[in-house]
Amino acid sequence: MSSHADGKGRLWGLLAEYETVPAVLEAAARVRDAGYRHFDVHTPIPIHGLDEAMGIRVSRLPWLVAGCGAAGASAGLLLQWWTNAVDYPFIISAKPYFGLPAAIPVTFELTVLLAAIGAFVGMLVANGLPQFFHPLFRVERFRRASNDRFFISIEARDPRFDPRTTRTLLESSGGKPVLEVEG
Amino acid sequence: MSAVPLDLDNTLERPGERAPLVLGKSDLASITEQVCEIAERPRPSREWWLAFGTSASLTLVLFAMLGYLFWTGLGVWGINQPVAWGFAIINFVFWVGIGHAGTLISAILFLFRQKWRTSINRFAEAMTIFAVICAGLFPAIHVGRPWFEYWLAPLPNQMQMWPNFRSPLLWDVFAVSTYFTVSLMFWYMGMVPDLATLRDRARSKIRQIAYGIAALGWRGSGRHWHRYERAYLLLAALATPLVLSVHSVVSFDFAVSQLPGWHATIFPPYFVAGAIFSGFAMVLTLLIPVRRIFRLESLITPRHLDNMAKIILATGSMVGYSYIIEFFIAWYSGNPYESFTFLNRALGPYAWSYWIMFTCNAIIPQLLWFKRFRQTPGLLLVISIFVNIGMWFERFVIVVTSLSRDFLPSSWGVYWPTWVDLLTFLGSFGLFFTLFLLFLRFLPIVAMAEVKSVVPAAGLELGPHRGHGQYWGEIPHQHDEENER
Repeated sequence: MSSHADGKGRLWGLLAEYETVPAVLEAAARVRDAGYRHFDVHTPIPIHGLDEAMGIRVSRLPWLVAGCGAAGASAGLLLQWWTNAVDYPFIISAKPYFGLPAAIPVTFELTVLLAAIGAFVGMLVANGLPQFFHPLFRVERFRRASNDRFFISIEARDPRFDPRTTRTLLESSGGKPVLEVEG
Repeated sequence: MSAVPLDLDNTLERPGERAPLVLGKSDLASITEQVCEIAERPRPSREWWLAFGTSASLTLVLFAMLGYLFWTGLGVWGINQPVAWGFAIINFVFWVGIGHAGTLISAILFLFRQKWRTSINRFAEAMTIFAVICAGLFPAIHVGRPWFEYWLAPLPNQMQMWPNFRSPLLWDVFAVSTYFTVSLMFWYMGMVPDLATLRDRARSKIRQIAYGIAALGWRGSGRHWHRYERAYLLLAALATPLVLSVHSVVSFDFAVSQLPGWHATIFPPYFVAGAIFSGFAMVLTLLIPVRRIFRLESLITPRHLDNMAKIILATGSMVGYSYIIEFFIAWYSGNPYESFTFLNRALGPYAWSYWIMFTCNAIIPQLLWFKRFRQTPGLLLVISIFVNIGMWFERFVIVVTSLSRDFLPSSWGVYWPTWVDLLTFLGSFGLFFTLFLLFLRFLPIVAMAEVKSVVPAAGLELGPHRGHGQYWGEIPHQHDEENER
């Protein structure tokens, strides 16, 4: 943890608290319109419309999941064909070495399995989780972000960040209180 | 804050109005408090210890039986020729079927936007995980030599052989392990925001660290929620075919064989309906006492019970229809072996089990046509227990009656379980309840973040334009009118 010479931690950003969903949505849209990019909204529940209010681009996760599913399907078919029809062919119950109908269940299961792992792991990795420490966790009030309060944080590394004007923006949008977060 | 009266009858349908899904005081903080309080009690109640002691002892009985089985061999079970599949497969199908309700609630009802699922999905998914653990146990031990388990996996080995992918038994290995993995990821992912709530409320260092690790550092970020919701929707879409496929594949174990009574095309849908039927019965068997003990009546309302009872009625009727159509097909096919098998089921030496099954599954649930039975928790609990019993006997009937009468009368036989069979089955209940009681003690048993999204206090249902968020693209001018209303 880096500190300034005066003993105080470096400013990580500002955190503003809101009481209701409409208030935080409106404030998020104002922060977005003011041109900030390194900001985030913290809510205990997912809010539809927050993506637009924050200006988040649609996630590309579905493409990853589709890719994983295709990989699973190919792996399933190849595995069954190669093991039972190529590497060690043997006749059982007069069934063909490789028949598509009999190969469908395992192919299907592997498709779903890999796609689901892709969705779960892809979501975590894209979100940068697990991340056990975050400057916001220093703020006592922030504990209510998982309970009943809504927050907007603006990071100091944002080029438009200025301790005074950013604070004014958050306060004028209804944030109360607006706190400094040390990094 | 708007409070709905606790005794409001929210089972009534009023056109144009959504029935409230949470009764009583329902702001965000009160829901957090109500659910977290259960996992935060300094010490569990005496009833919990009593239940835990009993189920943990039964789990020990299970382990003792497994030790005896592995040490001595399969002779300790009642299986022999011609009934070479006994309790192990019956219990496997029974437990894996129970799991289906959790996945149906978490995936299919999610896609259909059935918001009442939010109060019960965590609970039902936990039940799924534990039921599938119990189910997976039986195939793992059923040859009595677990050290050969790796033969099931397509691993290169010293025999230079591969598993036989043309066998439904191997399909089952893939189906059940995929089902377990996907259900576990779905359950855990849904729990992450709630684990963060428990972390943020934790007072002691140990709880902070434990819940902190489990919550993965979740901080409710809007950017995270965006991907989270995408991933949740995708997982729901992937788990939906699983609900239908897993028990279909289980039914292939029977249907792909040539045995009369098993070789039937109706098996996959019949098994899936039965699985959902038994799963909802188990959800109710667990939920009704828990709802009362932990005072969750405001979150799990009469409407939730009523809806689940209706699903039991629908799937139970499908199962009853299948029982009857099986007889019709046996007669209509003109196949003497098929006809004999079904007459033998209803009138032969195992007729008692057939009629237990038929009464519990096809007749007793018909009481749910009456509102009184759907909405009185006590009566519903009794019916759900009957369904659990009936569905276990269904698997007993299918496995044992068909196998005990081979094509040649000289190969006929009878099957009776031994005490080891019975104690192993009992022990699997011990394992199931032990895991369940630990879940009740340490984890958020209601999906708080999801329930919060369906109460009016969340303010998510503001105006008619609150579709998929386009409204918030044109802030702030339009928005001012909204606030004045």
